[in-house]
Amino acid sequence: MGLFSRGSFSTIIQKIFGKRHARIGIYGPPNVGKTTLANRILRDWTGDIMGSASEIPHETRVAKCKKNVKVENGKSSLLMDIIDTPGIATKVDFKEFMNTYGLSREEAKRRAKEATEGVIESIRWLEDVDGVLLVMDSTQDPFTQVNVTILGNLEARNLPVLVAANKIDMDDSSPATLKSAFPQHPVIPISALTGYNSENLYTTMVKQFGRKRRKKRR
Amino acid sequence: MTKLTKNDKGISVNLISRQKLEELSSNEKLDFILKEVQKGKVLVLEQGLTSMEQTSLIEHTMREIEQDTFIGIEMEGYNEDKPTFLQKFLGKMKKPRMIVIGPADLLKTIRKDNNMIQTKIIPGKRS
Repeated sequence: MGLFSRGSFSTIIQKIFGKRHARIGIYGPPNVGKTTLANRILRDWTGDIMGSASEIPHETRVAKCKKNVKVENGKSSLLMDIIDTPGIATKVDFKEFMNTYGLSREEAKRRAKEATEGVIESIRWLEDVDGVLLVMDSTQDPFTQVNVTILGNLEARNLPVLVAANKIDMDDSSPATLKSAFPQHPVIPISALTGYNSENLYTTMVKQFGRKRRKKRR
Repeated sequence: MTKLTKNDKGISVNLISRQKLEELSSNEKLDFILKEVQKGKVLVLEQGLTSMEQTSLIEHTMREIEQDTFIGIEMEGYNEDKPTFLQKFLGKMKKPRMIVIGPADLLKTIRKDNNMIQTKIIPGKRS
């Protein structure tokens, strides 16, 4: 037997060159599939789920965290705390919940109030994450101000970002548009709903979030 | 808060100069913008906000939302200018570019590309 077993040697290498444990925030505007993706990741690696998804925007209004999710990529792996954050928006209109989704006035107002608190909580979490899985809807225009603002913020903090171009199972999806819109970041086309290309996502997550990087604090 | 109706004389669209914005600290800038937008004004900032300031503006906006009178903001702008190698060498920072901000129930973004941000003001919505 050598001085180091294979396991301990790789642990030492990982300690020197990369992270072993990272706190990853799943971010994005409302209704892009953040919780569906969180559920997909947890189901694949822990057999658990994060929360319920809905077609009504702002379904997730409180951030949820699942600790110690081990994602493997061949011989390397990364232990992650996955945080499913409420969708970030610049406006919340309770009337939209009533008129488009048929909620009662009281229910709509409560949802809107909680949604505004959720946005604030999401922004606060940016201080405490080591990397971000930014979910975008590949059927929509990627240049929304929310997407641009979140990306700019992450770049200013020097946080590693991975863009998940979600909903590629939809007929009108265009992951190529997303790739050309953000050439400075890895963009992985996926369907969180069907699991399409999730292996590629996991491989990239381990690579991207396992790197050692100096985070800028604000 | 002033409620705009179809009977009002119009909606203010104010162009704010780079000089005015440079005089203000980040917090003063965000307070100024939010107060003006809550009054129903649309602002075009000659020098926009950094990504960090935009994020703070979203956070401040969420705190100010009043469900029957103020539902948030519409904001569109261009990415910050990337400094050249020489500018980086001289320690010059990225400068935020033009941005348009208005009340979400009045201002709607129609289209945005590298050359134009097309918006529409819908005055009747507050009546």
